[in-house]
Amino acid sequence: MHIVVCVKAVPASTEVKMDPVTNTIVRDGGDAVVNPFDASALELALRLREERRAAGEDVRVSVLSMGIPATERLLRDCIARGATDALLLSDRAFAGADTLATTHALTCGMCELGMPDLVLCGKMAVDGDTAQIGPELAGALDMACVADVRTLMACANDAVTVRAGGDAGVSLVEATLPCVLTVAKEAATLRMPSIAGVLAAEHATVDVRGAAEVGADAARIGLAGSPTQVVRSFVPEQQAAGVEVSGDAIGQARQLVRIIGEVA
Amino acid sequence: MAGLRVDETRCIGCTRCVRACATGGIEVKDRLARPTDACVFCGACIDACPVDAISIERKEAGADLVAYRDIWVFVQADEHDDVLPVAFELLGRARALAAQRGCAVVALLPQGPGSAGSHERELIARGADRVLTVHDERMVPLDAEVCARWVCDLAQRLKPEIILYGATAFGRELAPMVAVRLETGLTADCTRLEIDGATGLLQQTRPAFGGNLMATIECPARRPQMATVRPGVFAGDACPRSSVSSDAAAKDQVVEYPLDASVRSRVRVLATEPAQQGASIAQAKRLVVVGRGIGSKKQLPLMQRLADALDAELGCTRPLVEAGWLEYPHQVGQTGVSVAPELLISIGVSGAIQHLAGIGGAKTIIAINEDAQAPIFGIAHYKAVGDAIEIVDNLVRELEDAVARS
Repeated sequence: MHIVVCVKAVPASTEVKMDPVTNTIVRDGGDAVVNPFDASALELALRLREERRAAGEDVRVSVLSMGIPATERLLRDCIARGATDALLLSDRAFAGADTLATTHALTCGMCELGMPDLVLCGKMAVDGDTAQIGPELAGALDMACVADVRTLMACANDAVTVRAGGDAGVSLVEATLPCVLTVAKEAATLRMPSIAGVLAAEHATVDVRGAAEVGADAARIGLAGSPTQVVRSFVPEQQAAGVEVSGDAIGQARQLVRIIGEVA
Repeated sequence: MAGLRVDETRCIGCTRCVRACATGGIEVKDRLARPTDACVFCGACIDACPVDAISIERKEAGADLVAYRDIWVFVQADEHDDVLPVAFELLGRARALAAQRGCAVVALLPQGPGSAGSHERELIARGADRVLTVHDERMVPLDAEVCARWVCDLAQRLKPEIILYGATAFGRELAPMVAVRLETGLTADCTRLEIDGATGLLQQTRPAFGGNLMATIECPARRPQMATVRPGVFAGDACPRSSVSSDAAAKDQVVEYPLDASVRSRVRVLATEPAQQGASIAQAKRLVVVGRGIGSKKQLPLMQRLADALDAELGCTRPLVEAGWLEYPHQVGQTGVSVAPELLISIGVSGAIQHLAGIGGAKTIIAINEDAQAPIFGIAHYKAVGDAIEIVDNLVRELEDAVARS
């Protein structure tokens, strides 16, 4: 069985502060980390491999990412935690990708790795919050898809059973393989690297490939391949000031009681 | 190749672009701005540049855009065959957009074979000019892939200019599946949808960069333009139910489009666990929302007492859920639940953009926070600056006394 886990490098802190005087962003450095949802997805893959290994089957867990060259460090860390191999798609031509262009790049990476039986990715990325990559991948790869997986119950050769969130609550769902699962953060906590894993990761090769090397169509990746464009980004303007409720705590509380009575 | 361009004859090396950049995507070397590999083409530097030296060069695909018209709204019914209210909110918003585009509003309604036909009437009375529907057993329960095949089939034949989806769990799975098959753009969780007067393009605004900035997004060269919107965001746009008259639907306004016979679901629901008792903050009329400013988990019982005294539900910000103080269904904001109560009392909430994006529908907001500079005060109708715990303590006592007296 072959599992591909898609991971994204995200800023360690998503809390960007605005400088109230210059109205610009105050960046406090912070290293990139693996998106926490993707980390949970990797852990599910590693657990599944252990289960199947106990049953005498070998499972390959590949990690796939699109990002800047520095992302290699994070993929090496994934190997230290147990991943079999890693592929990083890194090329200036990939930059500026929206979800559709990212999906095309990841699909090319998938072809490079060999088509998986199971694709696991985080439900969403903490810096983008779109939750679109999983279902778009499923559409592009023509695979079944289950979003918001909370528990991986069982995985046979032709089907996977999971508990997954939906509008009606949590359901027990069976999907045919090959399948894309998007994983909730609470599904699992990624294990720490073992000493043997760290040593192995030091000598492991993280494959780094450019767009042409994986046969990506230049018109379908990066900025050029992105149908959506950010035309403006801004700090939302503050609306007109509200009514001040002043005084000591007791006075404020009494005024609030009156206001609550008036408005609702 | 498409990319960020700096006009070297204009750039004065002032570094305003560097300060405006959220991602470290531009640097100044030798008094000249240069994009780095971290650039995500958000355009913040373009706005910040005082000498108009920066631009984004794009290759535009020449699609035949004129053939596309009308605004479609996807309508989702729940397991009891009730239409989810977000559909009416989107129909209301779509009407305003359609007036500007001079086009029709069309509702997309997949149904089971036994559905009675009352939904079509209500959809037309509440903003749809036409309803495209299908009665098929493969639509119960709703399956995202099956539904995506139906929507794609229709979109390829009828060429809508815009499709809007409610950002329910189902909508957030369906919309990307449609987007990738139609190879078009999709903007998630929009908090504002407008038509640009000059270009006629749909301007889709959403919190971005971890919810610290708002981004306006367009899809200029592909069709349809697609967006998802959280329930509650356009609560004020929905046509009221009372305007529904019984004979509103003429026969030619409802058209049945069958689902291709070859489409099969690859996902089977075996069982659904009963949802835990509803923290129904999305529908709450009154809501108490607490943030990190309450200081400690020990203060939660006091906050619950306030909620009880007001007959309100209790919500919270993302950091509290991440710290394990309250469960995810209580989380208010772009990544949690969008709310639209009559009254929202916000306690110890600083007001991150992703949070503010989820409370825009509240009618009256009372904010209590000790930091007078907190962004929450920018949208609050009533502002109490002071020790949140002390004020709430007094507030609870006053309210409970009032109840005891009556």
